[in-house]
Amino acid sequence: MFDNVWLIPFFPLVGFLINGLFGKRIKNEAVIGGIGTLMIFMSFLVSCGILMQMIGLPPEQRLFEKVVFSWIHSGNFKADMAFLIDPLSCVMIMVVTGVGSLIHLYSIGYMHGEEGFYRFFAYLNLFCMSMLLLVLGSNMLVMFIGWEGVGLCSYLLIGYYFHKKSAGDAAKKAFVMNRVGDFGFLVGLFTLYWWLGSNHNVWTINFMEIKAASHLLPYGGVVTIASLCFFVGATGKSAQIPLYTWLPDAMEGPTPVSALIHAATMVTAGVYMIGRMSFVFIKSPDTMMVVAVIGAATAIFAATIGTAQNDIKRVLAYSTVSQLGFMFLAMGVGAFWAGIFHLMTHAFFKACLFLGSGSVIHAMHHALHHGHLHDDPQDMRNMGGLKKYLPVTFLTFFVSTLAIAGIPGLSGFFSKDEILWQAFSNPYQGGLNIVLWAIAAIAACFTAFYMFRLVFMTFFGECRINPKVKDHLHESPAVITIPLIVLGTLALVGGFIGTPKILGLLPNYFEKWLDPVFELANEYGSKYAQHTAEPSHALEMGLMAFSVVVALVGIGIAFTMYVQNTGLPKKFTDTFPALHRAVYNKWYIDELYDYLFVNPCKALGRFLWKGFDVVVVDGVVNGVANVVMAFSGVFRFIQSGYIYNYAWSMAFGVVVILGYYVFK
Amino acid sequence: MENLNSYLIVSSILFSIGTIGVLTRKNAIVIFMCVEMMLNAVNLTFVALSRHLGNLDGQIFVFFVMTVAAAEAAVGLALMIAFYNNKESIDVEDVNMMKW
Repeated sequence: MFDNVWLIPFFPLVGFLINGLFGKRIKNEAVIGGIGTLMIFMSFLVSCGILMQMIGLPPEQRLFEKVVFSWIHSGNFKADMAFLIDPLSCVMIMVVTGVGSLIHLYSIGYMHGEEGFYRFFAYLNLFCMSMLLLVLGSNMLVMFIGWEGVGLCSYLLIGYYFHKKSAGDAAKKAFVMNRVGDFGFLVGLFTLYWWLGSNHNVWTINFMEIKAASHLLPYGGVVTIASLCFFVGATGKSAQIPLYTWLPDAMEGPTPVSALIHAATMVTAGVYMIGRMSFVFIKSPDTMMVVAVIGAATAIFAATIGTAQNDIKRVLAYSTVSQLGFMFLAMGVGAFWAGIFHLMTHAFFKACLFLGSGSVIHAMHHALHHGHLHDDPQDMRNMGGLKKYLPVTFLTFFVSTLAIAGIPGLSGFFSKDEILWQAFSNPYQGGLNIVLWAIAAIAACFTAFYMFRLVFMTFFGECRINPKVKDHLHESPAVITIPLIVLGTLALVGGFIGTPKILGLLPNYFEKWLDPVFELANEYGSKYAQHTAEPSHALEMGLMAFSVVVALVGIGIAFTMYVQNTGLPKKFTDTFPALHRAVYNKWYIDELYDYLFVNPCKALGRFLWKGFDVVVVDGVVNGVANVVMAFSGVFRFIQSGYIYNYAWSMAFGVVVILGYYVFK
Repeated sequence: MENLNSYLIVSSILFSIGTIGVLTRKNAIVIFMCVEMMLNAVNLTFVALSRHLGNLDGQIFVFFVMTVAAAEAAVGLALMIAFYNNKESIDVEDVNMMKW
């Protein structure tokens, strides 16, 4: 089965080609959607097969590299189109293909009636192919192809409704910010390659070869530079401070896009990359600290913005940025498996949340359309009381919200709690432990608050939609609700493969599964870890209880403000108008970036256009033409047509030539 | 020949008169006559030098020059006739249709 790993990215590539080239002629939506979904589902089946085979092997043997073809061999530089199967990539391909298949199925219903239906499925398949290349790549170049590919598909899909200027702008913003990150990734790649090559004659970009040579890397120094550059790439791709502002704008794309790309898969690429290169990152304590600090800062920063947004998708977008911050916090404190665990559970519940919000928007849009109203179907202030109209959507949405808030038993609780515990007890960050934990705990409180605010405003209370169209609200069709149910179930029970040891319920399958991948990193880390006493079980249980309390506090505040006493939000914003304005306007970061980067760039462009291109380049070209014209204006009088002039010039020429020979 | 210089001087005077005639006269026939005069001046030079150097090559060449002169006169006059049919004049100032 391992030999067939190349099929995993190949199926969606075929789907992209069929839908892209012939989709316009295949008018049947079921066929187009069917092909798209079938392709990714077949990748899912192959991934399952590979997982089964991996489980059957003993842990030391769970590593396989499949070279599809030898691609570049140039001097010392060798890059093959090769795929790496190990426990980490297994997790990733299962998540990508599994959640991807569900979202493809969902899209058949959601994108019904759209003019560019085939285009959507073509791009979605292309995206899946790129993402699978990214996670399966066995060297940095194949990963980078996938890395760039997902950025491209993100641009194509955010700008899907290209008739809207806001969608085009958002797509460009996403792509440009991604590019800034990609530059960091490339610089990191080059630094690592060059350093290992010129200092130890190990010329490679293959992950396993770098892992084998990683004992040659120093602690700090060049590793800090390279890993920081890689982290810049991660901030761009995974929307961390400072390159996160594209993600809320990316909600211009259709909801399945938001679910797949900006919740479950593309934005997790940065986390995966750090996991893949854990043995490089761990050797730089400074980078680890930067990663952890930025992760925590992003978590709380985005959480604050999410509390004041009214668009249902914006809230979920900021929630994604915040949860990604948690994942990076985990990676930064050396709990790599916890970061990947949260990646997986987040994929489940966030995809469910986005798809659920899509179902809500779909219903709202349908109802408003009936009444020929132009209210915003995504604005939560127009919603309310939807739980009796959309029961299945409500149930799955509620379950996923419980998961993200960290209610015990659900998947989000186990992953988030593990991150909080690791932040508190990790031996790498010295004095920062408590600070990081405290920030993360506050962010968790905010998370619970704004998510339940969303649920209460959307599903509970009185229905604020225009009464005329209320009766047109109805539940979405099965193609939409089945993926919701599957994802909701996964959000409910998916956490049980990673329960912490001290609860004594089940062994921590997930941590053991990923052990071989992060073993080396843990070994390197132990060289500079501060060996504190073994953290007590009581402390861990205490912190676990505390995080539950924190979540309940957040839910309680949301309940008070949005169900019991609905006048409270208004009183709050009236008491703190400046604070509310700042938070509502995303702390004016977009305006800051405009001032710092966008406007200077535009000014430079304008100068290069008007000052250089028009004056210098056009001037030179036109100038040459003008000089030629001036000369010709003088010379044309030679051709006068008069025999006199011609005869005189002949005589003159004879005299000159004779004179030359006489006087030579 | 002890008075070779005299022949050469006469020849050059004839050539110069012919050149000035070509450059300054208006009538095309007169210009042709001046060209003939230039050719005859050259013939005189050839013959004088041939006698001086004792080599008959110069005198043979004079035959060629005369042949060419005759042919050229014929062609030139035919050209002028064709021109006169168009322009009703053989004034070289009127030959300006070659101007762009």
